[in-house]
Amino acid sequence: MSDAPAGTGRLPDNIAYFARALRAAGVPVGPGDVIDAVEAVEAAAIGSREDFYWTLHAVLVRRHEHSALFAEAFRLFWRRRDLIEKMIAQMSPVAPDKAPRKDPNAGALRVQEALSPKTERPKPKITEEDLTTVTLSVSQSEVLKGKDFAQMSADEVAQARRLIASLRLPDDATRTRRFAPRPRGRIDPRRSFQRTVRAGGAIDLAFRAPRERPPPIVALCDISGSMAEYSRLFLHFLHALSEQRRVHSFVFATRLTNITRELTRRDPDEALARASARAQDWEGGTRIAEALHLFNRHWSRRVLGGGAVVLLFTDGLEREVTPELTHEMDRLRRSCRRLVWLNPLLRFDGFSARASGIRAMLPHVDDFRPIHSLSAMADLCRALGAHQPRGRAPKAWLRDAS
Amino acid sequence: MNLPTSIDATQALLSSAGYVADRALSTVVFLSLKLKRPLFLEGEAGVGKTEIAKVLAKSLGRPLIRLQCYEGLDVAAAVYEWNYAGQMMAIRLAEAGGAVDRERLESELFSERYLIRRPLLQALEPGEGGAPVLLIDELDRTDEAFEAFLLEVLSDFQVTIPELGTVRAPEPPLVILTSNRTREIHDALKRRCLYHWVDYPDAERELQILRTRLPNAPEALSRQVVGFVQAIRKEDLFKAPGVAETLDWATALVELDAVALDPTLVIDTLGVLLKYQDDIQAMQGGRAKALLDEVRSSGG
Repeated sequence: MSDAPAGTGRLPDNIAYFARALRAAGVPVGPGDVIDAVEAVEAAAIGSREDFYWTLHAVLVRRHEHSALFAEAFRLFWRRRDLIEKMIAQMSPVAPDKAPRKDPNAGALRVQEALSPKTERPKPKITEEDLTTVTLSVSQSEVLKGKDFAQMSADEVAQARRLIASLRLPDDATRTRRFAPRPRGRIDPRRSFQRTVRAGGAIDLAFRAPRERPPPIVALCDISGSMAEYSRLFLHFLHALSEQRRVHSFVFATRLTNITRELTRRDPDEALARASARAQDWEGGTRIAEALHLFNRHWSRRVLGGGAVVLLFTDGLEREVTPELTHEMDRLRRSCRRLVWLNPLLRFDGFSARASGIRAMLPHVDDFRPIHSLSAMADLCRALGAHQPRGRAPKAWLRDAS
Repeated sequence: MNLPTSIDATQALLSSAGYVADRALSTVVFLSLKLKRPLFLEGEAGVGKTEIAKVLAKSLGRPLIRLQCYEGLDVAAAVYEWNYAGQMMAIRLAEAGGAVDRERLESELFSERYLIRRPLLQALEPGEGGAPVLLIDELDRTDEAFEAFLLEVLSDFQVTIPELGTVRAPEPPLVILTSNRTREIHDALKRRCLYHWVDYPDAERELQILRTRLPNAPEALSRQVVGFVQAIRKEDLFKAPGVAETLDWATALVELDAVALDPTLVIDTLGVLLKYQDDIQAMQGGRAKALLDEVRSSGG
């Protein structure tokens, strides 16, 4: 193929191969996109490698995170086939070699594998989220495991999962700016008019009132080693919640990974398998402050709209407590409607807030609850209700321990 | 004005209206015009996404129709609505006049006369000099239901009004959608568009933008402003300043008759550049001065 004389006749084929490579690298590209790409390249009348690059980019990339993968795939694919140069050589005398790349290393491994799938190396999975966090990895000793949820399973767990799926969230709706027909409220001119015209005679008033919607839930879930026994069931819990309302889910240990999309899969096992494949740092150490920092910086303004409730699921056992932890907790609390800390350590009767990480975080939460059992989960569901009495004030734990 | 016929022409067109676009953006704008596909622009607030639509409308001599999205935006606010008060009045008048021919009255009530056109419907109508530029701004603020509705409008460029029939655009409008990425837009919508991530400009381009937009600013000041803004974007900030903020800041400094930056001036005017108290606090207390020293020593 690469030896074939380059001409426009080869162009559709080559773009199709390139699209296949992109797809294998994880950029979702459909057959329709290939047709669009060919059309775009023909329309753009390419003058340089850069134009060719951005033309394909415009059609084949739909998420910012895929740009880096695209850059790498482009570099490898079109270099190897030596095609653009031939094509451009036909069209213009100069062939400047400057493919713009954002991050030369990001996604390289994955793309290389996509292009030469025969290599027998175990595949390190690099997901798009990693592209932003890969530089932040904490240490060499970080445990990079694609942990399989199924291996953690047991009979009771299966039973518990069924019960979790049946948990129901309370009706804690908040008002939105949309209106819906109601028996009373403000006059709804459109419906009043329609009724009047239909019936004739006296004006028949219809009413409307603001529509109510439950606030979104944002879950930040610690998946470090110390939480392993609980995090899996907690994710099942999140999956069950996702079916009932808008839930944004993040997991963190040494990185922060958004697994919202994965959890929207209908089948819980498939959802969790995808989520676990996505997060690379199962059972690694924790850096709570850093995870919160990443969340506050990159996600809070995106997902905390509409009066979101944040569920922070962690034991709070931070190795080194820094002023940043306090700062990030404070920021998080001020960005959401309610910050609920779910801590499995509360299962112990004699729990006392002695750990410095816990002491640093407690003053910033609205609610501090256990999450170790099904009944604790059911309690949490009830507590999310709008008019439920709050439990023990979080700061009371600090007084007890001091 | 006719549509540009090449990437170079597109770049020239944008710059003729005062927009300094890089090659990547020019390419995607050109393709969007050529292939008649909506252009989906994502990026941080203040990098100039909305501006592209304005500049396109201005340079092509097309009307600009803007649909500002917000949570709760519905069809009545985005496409069309009937003028109920007017219709009600017409009924009352007809009744007062004696015998009412219901059929005639009804066909009159649901005629163009009582139709209020909202942006999407306006965009389907031909403007002077060609199809209008339709800007659907901050799409991420609407809810999924409206997004799904847009999907239909953007693929067929037609809207059905039950009482009047289908309104079809003789020529599809030039559509620009923007998103600040407060949430993910559904892939189905993105698939119908060309996608581009608008990034902060590099120093050279930002300086060019400043020169174009603020020709009366002293050159040395402009260089320092750009140098400082570029440096501050690398800091760990909650919200990095966009191009809009750079322009605001430079304008403010020019108003203050500044010819060069000094630490006091920077600290006093930080509020123009940074919009979060945390960020301002982080920059005060020496950090701003250190950045400024770096900028100065690098000859900015």
